[in-house]
Amino acid sequence: RQDVLVLTPWLAPIVWEGTFSRDILNAQYLQKNLVTGVVTFAVEKYVQFIDGFMRSANKYFLAGHHVNFYLFTDSPEKISHLQMAPEKHLFVIPVQNDPRWQDIPTSRMGIISSYIHSQFQHEVDYLYSMDIDVQLLAHIGVEIIDTLVATISSWQVTPQQENRAHETRPGSPAAIPEGQGDFHYTASFYGGSVAEVYKLTRACSQGVMEDRENGIEAWWHHESHLNRYLLQHKPTRLLSPEYYWDTEL
Amino acid sequence: RRQDVLTVTPWLAPIVWEGTFDPEILDSAYRPLNLTIGVTAFAVGKYTRFVRRFLESAEQHFMRGYRVNYYIFTDSPQSIPQPQLQPGHRLVTVPIQRFSSWQEISMRRMEAINLHVAQVSHREVQYIFCLDIDMVFHSPWGPETLGDTVAAIHPGYFAVPREQFPYERRSSSAAFIPEGEGDFYYGGAVFGGLVKKVYEFTKTCHMTILADKANGIMAAWQEESHLNRHFLSHKPSKVLSPEYIWDDRKPRPPEIRLIRFSTVNKNYKEIRN
Repeated sequence: RQDVLVLTPWLAPIVWEGTFSRDILNAQYLQKNLVTGVVTFAVEKYVQFIDGFMRSANKYFLAGHHVNFYLFTDSPEKISHLQMAPEKHLFVIPVQNDPRWQDIPTSRMGIISSYIHSQFQHEVDYLYSMDIDVQLLAHIGVEIIDTLVATISSWQVTPQQENRAHETRPGSPAAIPEGQGDFHYTASFYGGSVAEVYKLTRACSQGVMEDRENGIEAWWHHESHLNRYLLQHKPTRLLSPEYYWDTEL
Repeated sequence: RRQDVLTVTPWLAPIVWEGTFDPEILDSAYRPLNLTIGVTAFAVGKYTRFVRRFLESAEQHFMRGYRVNYYIFTDSPQSIPQPQLQPGHRLVTVPIQRFSSWQEISMRRMEAINLHVAQVSHREVQYIFCLDIDMVFHSPWGPETLGDTVAAIHPGYFAVPREQFPYERRSSSAAFIPEGEGDFYYGGAVFGGLVKKVYEFTKTCHMTILADKANGIMAAWQEESHLNRHFLSHKPSKVLSPEYIWDDRKPRPPEIRLIRFSTVNKNYKEIRN
C-alpha cells in the first residue's frame, strides 16, 4: 500500500487491507496458544443490537480462534439463544442500570478494569473492547493482536490535523493542547494485552472520576481520556478506519 | 515517510529506514524506562585490532543517552584497549577459548552468547545486540532498533529475488530452507532483542549447529545460515534496513540514505590465519 500511511513515527504498524498476510499471522498466533477476550456493553435500548453484533462477531471475529465474549447487560433475560461457533464462548454478566446515559460509557472503563483484575486476567491473554452497536461486515483477524492497539476514527484519516474532539479545557486531565496529538482514536474498538488494557482502563476511569470531582464532564467522555492516555502511552499497533465505521457519517 | 521501500513486513513488523521514525518520540518513550543495552562482539586472534575503532565509533553513535555494557568476547583480554567511555557505559572482557579455525569460532558464537546471557548479562541488561567487531558506526543507532527479536537485512541481498538468497540448500542440514521459501536474507553481523528472546534463539541456533556437526555438515554461511532458518520460522518482531549492516565495498543505491554501521576494509587472508 503506497496510498496510505502504514507506519507511525514511533514505528507502530497501521493495519490496512493489503499490508499483511493473515496466513503468516495465523501461524504465529497458533504457535503461542493464545486466548482473546472481547468486552462489550448492552444496556437499555442497546440490548436491541446484541443479536446483530453476536451473529456477525461469531462469523467474522478471529474466525477459527478461541474467543471469550464478555457481554455486560442489564437485561440478561432478553438474550435469545445464540448459536455460538465451537471455539467461541459467550459469558453474560448482569450490570446495574444507570439513569444517566452518559455514565454508562464512562463507568465502563472502571467496570472493565475491575473485571480484568478479578477475572479476565486469568482467562485471556488479549482483551478488546468493542461497542455493541456495530456489525462486522468482513473478517477481523489476528492482525489486531498486539500489546496496545487503537483504532483510528473514520473521520480522522489524515493524521496530525487540528482536532476538535480533543478536550481543550485545561483543567481536565483529558486536555491536550491545541496542535498536539497524533491521531484521533475511537473508543469503540481498542484493546491489547490484558496487562496494558488494565493500565489503560484504570487510568481513564480515574481521569473520569477526577473530572467529576472537579465538576467537569469531559466532552465525548471516555474517548477524550482514551486519547490523552494514548498520546502518552503510544499504541504498538494502529488499526485503520477499515476496522471501525461510524455509522452516523 | 518512505514510499520507495517496504516499511512493514507481511507479519506487521516495522522495517527501520531513515525517514520512517521520529527519534524524539522514541526517545521520550524509551528514556524513562532506564534501560541498559548490552552489546556482544567477538574479538578473537587478530580481530582484537578492530576493537578500538568499534568502541570509539560506538561511543559517538550507539544509543546515546542510554546505559550501555560492551561485552567483548576474546581469547586475549590483555590486548583489548580500554578507551575512555561515557558515563553509564562499561566495557567488560569475556574470556573465551581459542578455536582452530575462523569457521569454528564463528559457529561457537551462539553458544558463547547463550551461556553469557544465562550467567551474567540477563541480570545487567534488558536488550542485547550481537554485532560483528570488524565494523564501525557512522550514524546514529538509537531506540528505533529496540524490539523483542531484531534482525537486519543483509546489504548484499535486499534488492534481490529470494531464489538468489544464499540459504543453506542441502536438505541434510538443519539450516535447510527449500526453494520458494524465505522472507529476507538476514545478516549474521547484526541481531538482537530482549535478553530473554536472545537467550532462546541463540540456544536454538546452537542446537541446530550441533545437529549439523553431528552429521558432519557445515552450513554454507555458518551461523548466518542457521540464523536465517530460525528467523524464517520465528519471524523477527522488528527488521533493520541495510543502513544498520552495510558493506563499504558495495556501491550505495539511492534507497540507502545513510549508513549507520558498516564493515571495515580488511585483508581477509591475513586476518583469518
